[in-house]
Amino acid sequence: MSRICGGIFTSHVPGIGGAIAKGLQQDPYWKPFFDGFGPVHKWLAAEKPDVAVVFYNDHGLNFFLDKMPTFAIGAAPEYRHEDEGWGIAFKRPYPGHQDLSWHIIEQVVESEFDPVMCQSMLVDHAVAVPFELCWPGDAPFTTKLVPIAINTVQHPLPSPKRCHELGKAVGRAIESFDSDQKVVVFGTGGLSHQLEGERAGHINVDYDKFCLRNLAPDPEALLQHDTLDIVELAGSQGVEILNWIAARGALRGSVRELSSNYHVPISNTAAATVLLENRATVRA
Amino acid sequence: MLKQTGNAGGGKRAIPGTLVFDGDAAQAGYALNAMCYSFNDVANRAAFAADEEAYMDRFGLTPAQRGAVRARDVIAMLNAGGNVYYLAKLAGILGLNVQDLGALQTGMSVDDFKAALMDHSMTETRVGDDERIVA
Repeated sequence: MSRICGGIFTSHVPGIGGAIAKGLQQDPYWKPFFDGFGPVHKWLAAEKPDVAVVFYNDHGLNFFLDKMPTFAIGAAPEYRHEDEGWGIAFKRPYPGHQDLSWHIIEQVVESEFDPVMCQSMLVDHAVAVPFELCWPGDAPFTTKLVPIAINTVQHPLPSPKRCHELGKAVGRAIESFDSDQKVVVFGTGGLSHQLEGERAGHINVDYDKFCLRNLAPDPEALLQHDTLDIVELAGSQGVEILNWIAARGALRGSVRELSSNYHVPISNTAAATVLLENRATVRA
Repeated sequence: MLKQTGNAGGGKRAIPGTLVFDGDAAQAGYALNAMCYSFNDVANRAAFAADEEAYMDRFGLTPAQRGAVRARDVIAMLNAGGNVYYLAKLAGILGLNVQDLGALQTGMSVDDFKAALMDHSMTETRVGDDERIVA
């Protein structure tokens, strides 16, 4: 059987990709954010997960408003990032894990979720930036990808509770996969930010800290707010916390925070990176 | 549920300074957003830059959407159903980053907008005691 060794939660601001492309990791503006990945790099080197199951939202690379799935699960042999309109396309392809993708699809449908199934899909900066942050450099990615897209663009969005339940169903599916795979789960996006409207630039440190404080020990605390509450609290893009809520749901064991880094601002965003471990047994 | 901050027409929940991109907005904004989605392709970005009016014709933008694009009026684009994720691709063509967009929408200078973001400036880091993550 497969097991989930932990979760990585990180902002995916496109500007981070630009900073990587320009090698600005040690620049005073960027360094406090990139430094949050020191513990993540060491942990990944020690754990060497076989697969990354990534909860993210597409911002208009693969999905347009003509067909907007609430939940979509990739089942492709390989995924690519492409130009999203500003000329940056990361070159390294992301190898897929089709058997695990189909197993997750079958199991979540069994759990009465109804995802769109995608044998061909592009992944945007919400997958590409976290992969670049976690595995920097030019070496081909060896951790395989199962992308799970959640609609955070067009309302009505799925409720936080629904996203959390989806995450739990995905977690159960991974644990029942009859192959000895070590899996890391990702939740990308957030934290508070708002790009548009008269409230552009909105940041809510209190709400972000509430999320960071409760993510590991009490994720259900985050479910007390509905989607529009979160828009009001965290901003219209801060609602990407739905991806974190889903990913946290997949961690069903004994969960402990290994590292957390909150840095404001990166671009217009309150940025954060959190590493959680997931163990089957309770650890003192 | 948070306390509701007011009600717009149709009983929708109003969030200050925020346009919730719902079905009504998605329907009204379809042509503008479709045009912006096409800008993922560099050739389409060039075609727009070469002849904006012809490019807007091709996607059937409404008069309000055309006027907003001509005037580079981001709030008007939002009011005409534009979604910021798609508008960001147009902003790229116009050489505007998200701080520029923020300044345009709030009526602040870009420096003041950046300074307002920096007002929240902070870094808070926790690292657990674990052999796998200690140097």
